[in-house]
Amino acid sequence: MSSPAPAVPDTHPPVANRRGSYWKRNQIALTPWLFLAPAVFMFALYVIWPIAQSFNLSLYRWDGLGEARFIGLQNYEELWYDDAFYTSLWNNVLWLVLYLLAIPAGLFIAIFLNQNVRGIRIYKSLFFFPFVISQVVVGLVFTWFYDPSFGLLNIVLGWFGLGPVAILADSNLATYGIIAAGLWPQTAYCMILYLTGLNAVDPEQIEAARLDGAKGWRMLWYVILPQLRPATFIAFVVTIIGALRSFDLVSIMTDGGPFGSTRVLAFYMFEVALSEYGFRMGYGAAIAVVLFLIMLVYITFFLVKMYRDERAG
Amino acid sequence: MSTLSKSLIAVAASAVMAVSAQAQSLSGDLRIFLDTSNPAPRATMEEMIARFGEMHPDLNIETNVIDREAYKTQIRNFLTANAPDVATWYAGNRMLPFVEAGLFEDVSDLWDDEMSTNLASTKPSMTIDGAQWGVPYTYYQWGVYYREDIFNELGLEEPETWDEFLAIVDTLNENGVTPVTIGTKFLWTAGGWFDYLNLRTNGYEFHMDLTNGEIPWTDERVVATFENWRTLIDRDTFIDNHAAYSWQEALPFMVNGEAAMYLMGNFAVAPLREAGLSDDQLGFFQFPAIVDGIPMAEDAPTDTFHIPAQAQNKEAAREFLRFVATPENQTIINGGDALGQLPVHAEASVDDDKFLNEGFEMLSNAYALAQFFDRDAPAEVAAAAMEGFQQFMVQPDQLDNILERLERVRQRVHGG
Repeated sequence: MSSPAPAVPDTHPPVANRRGSYWKRNQIALTPWLFLAPAVFMFALYVIWPIAQSFNLSLYRWDGLGEARFIGLQNYEELWYDDAFYTSLWNNVLWLVLYLLAIPAGLFIAIFLNQNVRGIRIYKSLFFFPFVISQVVVGLVFTWFYDPSFGLLNIVLGWFGLGPVAILADSNLATYGIIAAGLWPQTAYCMILYLTGLNAVDPEQIEAARLDGAKGWRMLWYVILPQLRPATFIAFVVTIIGALRSFDLVSIMTDGGPFGSTRVLAFYMFEVALSEYGFRMGYGAAIAVVLFLIMLVYITFFLVKMYRDERAG
Repeated sequence: MSTLSKSLIAVAASAVMAVSAQAQSLSGDLRIFLDTSNPAPRATMEEMIARFGEMHPDLNIETNVIDREAYKTQIRNFLTANAPDVATWYAGNRMLPFVEAGLFEDVSDLWDDEMSTNLASTKPSMTIDGAQWGVPYTYYQWGVYYREDIFNELGLEEPETWDEFLAIVDTLNENGVTPVTIGTKFLWTAGGWFDYLNLRTNGYEFHMDLTNGEIPWTDERVVATFENWRTLIDRDTFIDNHAAYSWQEALPFMVNGEAAMYLMGNFAVAPLREAGLSDDQLGFFQFPAIVDGIPMAEDAPTDTFHIPAQAQNKEAAREFLRFVATPENQTIINGGDALGQLPVHAEASVDDDKFLNEGFEMLSNAYALAQFFDRDAPAEVAAAAMEGFQQFMVQPDQLDNILERLERVRQRVHGG
């Protein structure tokens, strides 16, 4: 405090204040890390560390009780010859591809609902309703809907003289049946994303396009959709994540059956590691690692894209 | 004073002393974990524990009832950390992982001559490595429950041989009734059919060797079992789309008279009665013989009490297990208004119920008792096999693939 305080605020940073503490000199660089620290700590503890543990565990044979025995890559070798694993993998691909139908379906419904009619809010809420209810309930409702003896689907099919189809008992149809059930709430989710997106569409551009004679498909494709890009991007992200996470519907509707034909990787992992007859922790971890690597490809794509967009914006 | 009354007094005095000695010695806390989460079993167990508590007033008993399905995964946690003093579980191979991991207490000292004699029927399934690891409190029969009124209408009688059974299947089909209902969504129901077909085709010893992993699944005797199963499938014995139903969801077919038979455990009787079937409409018969000369063994899953190795109050826990095994207690808890099952103790009496009586008689004369497929076979094999059974029932042509797959699992589990 020997030097007198400046009469006017000193807007120039002290250039070579050797006496200043480490903190003062690096404040700008350190502050963001301080803000990040709690989140980084939690992320490391609950995300990074378990991922590392899973990698490690996948090299062991362990039933969760006794001694874990190191067996190298044997779990992966077994995966390589495991039919159930390929079934799950294939089903995951099916989920990924077919689940994306929720995006155009959501867009279509959103455009349909984006008008000023009396009571439109009620219609919007009705369409949004499936997203609010629990996945378990969705699964149960669709299980009843598909039921071969009293389900609505077969009653309707009966009107057209079509025989009863037991969708969930047929190994060729069951996965499609579950995906259809999953599309119901997912479409509602995409619809909400697009409805908010449509609110942000610039009316002046539409006006301009209209003056230029654009309408219908051309209007949608060249004017509306480009403005909906952020909504499409988010819809894409949540739908793919939703598809890869598909677990609850499989568990509720078929329990992986008939004879394992509707398993997906997440469900198979749960089955071998944690279900009633499971407790093969190492094998489950190996499946988890594969699922993680698949997601990693997608997450990398997502992060790169986001990074580019941020820089461009 | 006559010698008789003298000795009576002596006996009474020693009994009083024994009781008071026990009452004094048992103190502290006794924590009991139960998986009997359904209302009736839950009430039964709580009442039983209350009776035990009255005998030992100084003992502070804490009971924790856990949902039956959740219990199956939680037990692995609570046995390793924060173990109770007593826990319910199942006999047979289902307790093997816990015994091998040193999590169950060896209770061979409880199995003295008296207990070994009275609980002889289940002793083998409580024994691993020559020691006993728990005490059974109830078991129940498996067999074929059927619509007696439909049988009577069509002039059918309970079958004793395979040919008679097949004839019934044909008659029922001709009259538009599906012979057998089953729901294989949760797989284990198909395990019941495999158990019985294999027990009747190849016998108890073979079945046990197979579930213990000593026989390859590709063995031709196993194939013979599946051929018998195939006979049933080709004759349209089972309801369509059974893979879509749980065992409860398959009950209405029988209740509505669309299907006539159901291979099940005795626990199916209660829901069938609740659905409105009277005892005149409902009958029970032993699974018929298939190959002549093979002694009849039955499935009779046994539920048990165990002491975790890390229990705090093992003395009280042992006393509780002794109490559970007494004939008086087993009579009470297995009564029709309680568990509605069969007591294991030879001197306990069976509640006067049509199905319990029939089951008791059948099991008393049984050559041997199996626990049920998923309790006899190691978990990994059980899961893969029961899935294979379900697939076989839908796609019988896939048998070779299924058996090869099972053989691979067996070799991995048993280090073949």
